[in-house]
Amino acid sequence: MSFLDKASLRVVGTRPIRPDGVDKVTGRANFGADMTMPGMLWGKIKRSPHAHARILSINAEKALALPGVRAVTTRADFPDIPPDKRVVGAMPHNLWDLSRNCMAEGKALYEGHAVAAVAATTPAIAEQALDLIEVEYEVLPHVMEVEAAMRPEAPVLHDDLFTAGVEPRPTKPSNVAKMVRFAKGDVEAGFRAADIVIERRYTTKPVHQGYIEPHACVVSVAPDGQCTIWSSSQGQFMVRAYTSRIAGAEDSASIRAIPAEIGGGFGGKTIVYLEPVAYMLSKKSGRPVKIVMSREEVFRGTGPTSGAVVEVKLGASKDGHITAAKTVLKYQSGAFPGSPVQQGCICALAPYDLPNAETTGYDVLSNRPKVAAYRAPGAPIGSFAVESCIDELARALGIDPLRLREINGARDGTKAAHGPTWNNIGLMKTLEAAQASEHLKTRLGPNQGRGIACGFWHNAGGESSAACHVNEDGTVSLTEGHPDIGGSRASMAMMVAEVLGIAFERVRPVVGDTTAIGYSASTGGSRVTFAGGMAVTTAAQKVVEELKKRAAITWDISPDAVEWRDGKAFPAGANAGSFEPLSLAEIAGKAARTGGPISAEVQINAQGQAPGFTTHVCDVEVDRETGHVKILRYTAIQDVGRAIHPSYVEGQMQGGVAQGVGWALNEEYIYDKDGRLENPGFLDYRVPVASDMPMIDTILIELPNPRHPFGARGCGEVPIVPPMAAVANAISDALGIRLRDLPMSPPRVLAALDREMPLPQAAE
Amino acid sequence: MAKHHVSTVINGEPVEFLCEPQQTLLDVLRDELNLTGSKEGCSSGDCGACTVICDGRIVCSCLMLGAEAEGRKITTVEGIAQGDHLHPVQQKFLEHAALQCGFCTPGFIVAAKALLDENLNPTEEETRYWLAGNLCRCTGYDKIIRAVLDAAAVMRAEAGR
Repeated sequence: MSFLDKASLRVVGTRPIRPDGVDKVTGRANFGADMTMPGMLWGKIKRSPHAHARILSINAEKALALPGVRAVTTRADFPDIPPDKRVVGAMPHNLWDLSRNCMAEGKALYEGHAVAAVAATTPAIAEQALDLIEVEYEVLPHVMEVEAAMRPEAPVLHDDLFTAGVEPRPTKPSNVAKMVRFAKGDVEAGFRAADIVIERRYTTKPVHQGYIEPHACVVSVAPDGQCTIWSSSQGQFMVRAYTSRIAGAEDSASIRAIPAEIGGGFGGKTIVYLEPVAYMLSKKSGRPVKIVMSREEVFRGTGPTSGAVVEVKLGASKDGHITAAKTVLKYQSGAFPGSPVQQGCICALAPYDLPNAETTGYDVLSNRPKVAAYRAPGAPIGSFAVESCIDELARALGIDPLRLREINGARDGTKAAHGPTWNNIGLMKTLEAAQASEHLKTRLGPNQGRGIACGFWHNAGGESSAACHVNEDGTVSLTEGHPDIGGSRASMAMMVAEVLGIAFERVRPVVGDTTAIGYSASTGGSRVTFAGGMAVTTAAQKVVEELKKRAAITWDISPDAVEWRDGKAFPAGANAGSFEPLSLAEIAGKAARTGGPISAEVQINAQGQAPGFTTHVCDVEVDRETGHVKILRYTAIQDVGRAIHPSYVEGQMQGGVAQGVGWALNEEYIYDKDGRLENPGFLDYRVPVASDMPMIDTILIELPNPRHPFGARGCGEVPIVPPMAAVANAISDALGIRLRDLPMSPPRVLAALDREMPLPQAAE
Repeated sequence: MAKHHVSTVINGEPVEFLCEPQQTLLDVLRDELNLTGSKEGCSSGDCGACTVICDGRIVCSCLMLGAEAEGRKITTVEGIAQGDHLHPVQQKFLEHAALQCGFCTPGFIVAAKALLDENLNPTEEETRYWLAGNLCRCTGYDKIIRAVLDAAAVMRAEAGR
């Protein structure tokens, strides 16, 4: 069964109200911190005040003597994880690193690194007890910035870390965890053939995902080792796997991980911070333990994405054909390896057809929180640099920036610099739509400018499970394995309703806990609509086969002689016999007489995800007095494959744009000379608010992915890739000044104006 | 430490509770009264997820002490719908898909309701500035603003204006 023909769809492509919507507008929905359990204690975490320090001793005697304190845990309680057990399945994180990130081992590696935790009968007592835990430190030299951390004389975070990816293997430990490199063609020959070569350096700051819900969990460990975890995460199976190994639980089956509603994640909740600690406190106290981070802890202790230095060199002929591109990306990983530099390398060049290209990436540790995934991890950083440099090239050549992208943009048949040959991609269609948009027809005023930028994200597939149960009244209970972070219950139920031929409202989706549904990889990578959608569609198709079989039994004909349409079984043609059609509800009501309950559960490892390409257009106005940049108008154009629920697709695009605008204009971590964060709150770490943004126009291109039953590609991540360059390019258009360092906050804009003092732009 | 005895009205019902002097109204709502619809995103008055209406004014309940609720009238997100009848702001949030994760939504619903109590015909700019104390990281605000403006139109029609 294929549903790629849009004209044949009844449900997919409409905009029903999401099944969990009423709960969320009335305050009923239960998020991570909303759970309580009988006898529950409150946990709090003691964190290092130093950016880099050896932990000489921890004394919890006074804390344990405080009335109301029931348990203290430190590193001594956590098991070592031997090298052969540090990777679980296909999960991307090194468990030993994660374990030491949850609770420092030997050294505190950043300000905010957990060193101990306490459980007490009230939050106030727990807070008081933290102050009574005595930690003796030997402060060590620290290093914060990526290039400083790469120098041979830099303080080294881990003396057992040797740079991977270089031959021969280094003999000295360093902060460079990994080097990656790929190349295509002959980049030096490409530069020699160029009429113009430009070489630029760009920098970005670490930015936080900024989910409004701080991390939270309740963990209950019974004396027999059986454990229940209630927590807010992007994957209940991820929570189970990581917690069981880090806390030394009996086995995965001893843990039931229940997914709470999740109040935003954007990649930041694809790892654990609290659950193993709460597990340990619960085990030691014999009581359920709840831990909720404060906003300050979220900033000091959880992952932002990398800050980076990116060097770009482009060569082109006079007529605008790029002859060579060379990039060097240096990404901060924080206190443990694992920056998304490889994705940065790949994604930045992916929108272009480059005869010669070379990319080198470095994954570099420093005394900052371990980075965590953030929406299209790595891609926005490299793309900011490359898309800015493309704009600089266009201006140097006197070619319209959109036109330059049309000349060099990737098409079907283009061999990407990182290897694959593109097929069925929509970049050119997004450029055409941008060119044709109302937005591009509007005129700009003084101090106003327009910027264009493109972006790419792979999208993802992988392991997903779904169960489709037909109820006795003909309604359908759908259990899926992916936390719903932005409306996926709606799109899952829509696909099932479409396949079954019943009304959307007859399908009720739930996100199952780890005992209720088969293994499902986390919500992330823009994979849920693709992989989860494939799983629910397959489950619904199996149900249809079963329904046909039941109709066949009722009619005493062959199942092959039954067809399913509009939610009913029909005899397939005159030869099958003459019977009144049987609706799903009628078949369900008689299921006991035709073979019992009707259900299907499927597990898949989804392959065939299709790339997402996008083009953004941004208009800004710059206040020359204050340096403030106002976003006047914004249009995001994206190939989404098929928009299952268009409102939530638009929402992903608009949300990605707003996060990108914050990254471009405001957001940064400010550290003092001792490596202590000075702005760990939303007052001073300023994310965009409603009055900072205009309406965000969206244009959805639907070039179906033939490998998905409905054509979905995935849509959530690529919208954050172009905004930083789109804004920078617009500022350059407005002022004639190029800003190459993020954020382009008022002080930076003013400094650039003072430095370059161009003549005032003449009004058109 | 002696607890305070507080008498107040929450969502139209008289409520009595005991609280410690340092407990915020948000702590009391969530931890003592099981009204967990109000969310804690920052505890510093910057995110608005805990917004409630106190005697007709919106406040961040994380910035108000529980003891200060004495003698006041408090409305939380749990008190916005009347029985099974959603407030137009709630209905329009659903229709416009103005929520993704839904964590900031209670604060936005309460703040938007308070705006429309005061001004049934806000401009887009007035709406954006009124809601500038509520952070949403998911939506980019577009659909939220549209939902509130649409709710205002519905309420104007209902009021015959």
